[in-house]
Amino acid sequence: MTFAVRAGLKKFNIEHNFEVKNIYEYYAKWIREGKLKPNSDWNKELGIKFTCQDPCQIVRKSYGDEIAKDFRYAIKAVVGEENFVDMSPNFSNNYCCGGGGGFLQSGFKEERLEYGRIKDRQIKETKADYVIAGCHNCHAQIHELSKHYEGNYPVIHFWTILALSLGVLGPNERTYLGDDLMEVNVFHPETAM
Amino acid sequence: MSETAIKLRKREKTSLFDQVKELLPDGGNLNLCLTCGLCSSGCPATGLVSMDPRKMLRMIALGLDEEVLASDWPWMCTMCQRCIYACPMKIDIPQLIYNIRAQRPREERPKGILGSCDMALKNDTNSAMGTNEEDFIFVVEDVLEQYQEEQPEFAEMQAPIDKEGAEFFLNQNSREPVTEPDEMVPLWKILHLAGVDWTYGSKGWAGENYCMFLADDDAWKHVVQTQTDQTHKLKCKTYLNTE
Ligand code: SF4
Ligand code: SF4
Repeated sequence: MTFAVRAGLKKFNIEHNFEVKNIYEYYAKWIREGKLKPNSDWNKELGIKFTCQDPCQIVRKSYGDEIAKDFRYAIKAVVGEENFVDMSPNFSNNYCCGGGGGFLQSGFKEERLEYGRIKDRQIKETKADYVIAGCHNCHAQIHELSKHYEGNYPVIHFWTILALSLGVLGPNERTYLGDDLMEVNVFHPETAM
Repeated sequence: MSETAIKLRKREKTSLFDQVKELLPDGGNLNLCLTCGLCSSGCPATGLVSMDPRKMLRMIALGLDEEVLASDWPWMCTMCQRCIYACPMKIDIPQLIYNIRAQRPREERPKGILGSCDMALKNDTNSAMGTNEEDFIFVVEDVLEQYQEEQPEFAEMQAPIDKEGAEFFLNQNSREPVTEPDEMVPLWKILHLAGVDWTYGSKGWAGENYCMFLADDDAWKHVVQTQTDQTHKLKCKTYLNTE
């Protein structure tokens, strides 16, 4: 996890000769450089709306607004500019979803869901159909919020929708997609299990 | 607000207050707190178990260490740092929370976090789900082979483990190899299409780090050291976090 590595190297003075980066910066870079060529045409008629969770550990606590911009640049290239809706507040001022800091593992479920009430409201206010979560803790927590507060919005990893827009997302790689996207742009449908 | 009346007593020498003053020379001076409440008003944990960040700060400033240490609230603050962002004095409340967590005897800290950290210490993979090197290599190779066969466009796709000199050392949350291995594939495909030179490490591949959340310095350091050593061993230029 980005923050644990960066903060750990610093806090414990661990000598190292490599850079610590996060993949969201690179998704954007690879798209800008033309190494990845996502196409958002699949969503032209569907018009499915997406919002995203800026993970505290990556944005506010590590690379700041720059990486949040990269994240959005990549998302828009994949779902179409007009199909992205931001939460408010966002970027470095975003609310934590409540899955971080070990809260998901600490056993205080009722309090954790209460903590996430703000996040759920923020998401519903965007009227987005999907949430793209930037990390696993966010993914698990927001997924649970979606069920608990009955918004029932699917919560996905970015790699899923990026691969879909690249035309290479197979039928068995769609665990978190909603029914509306299960049949869209399926790569090798005959391999369905 | 709290149901029990707050009783004041003299602050002790080794109080949380003094500790924090020492630990945080520039960010943690509690005397700078203006009690404006901006931290609390923007904190999603405000109100849980009748606590909020400003109240916790005041209790520490008043020397109410016992009450603070007895509260479970420090495990409900996610250390998300939004309060620092909002605070006019940039007071580092999450660092304070970390120190409060660390004051609790290790075995009394929340079992789920404790268990995940201990699991990560079992293998050099650092996997909080206890996946060892062999199991990880097996899953990756097995899934890769299946996709290479079934989707001929990706016959040349790789998911290298311990490839020396690769540009990127990539980590992976344990959840995928353990519970939903097909979820690793979209990322492999993306890296393949972008022509990225990357590798996992048989050691240190797991991206999660619950030892930090447990506020266990030695264990946190151990995990980062393992990741560092493997990245050095493989001579990778960039340690790339997938989350
Ligand atoms: S925002 Fe800062 S100054 Fe204001 S009450 Fe909170 S800690 Fe004190
Ligand atoms: S770090 Fe803790 S106290 Fe500060 S805003 Fe986040 S949850 Fe609240």
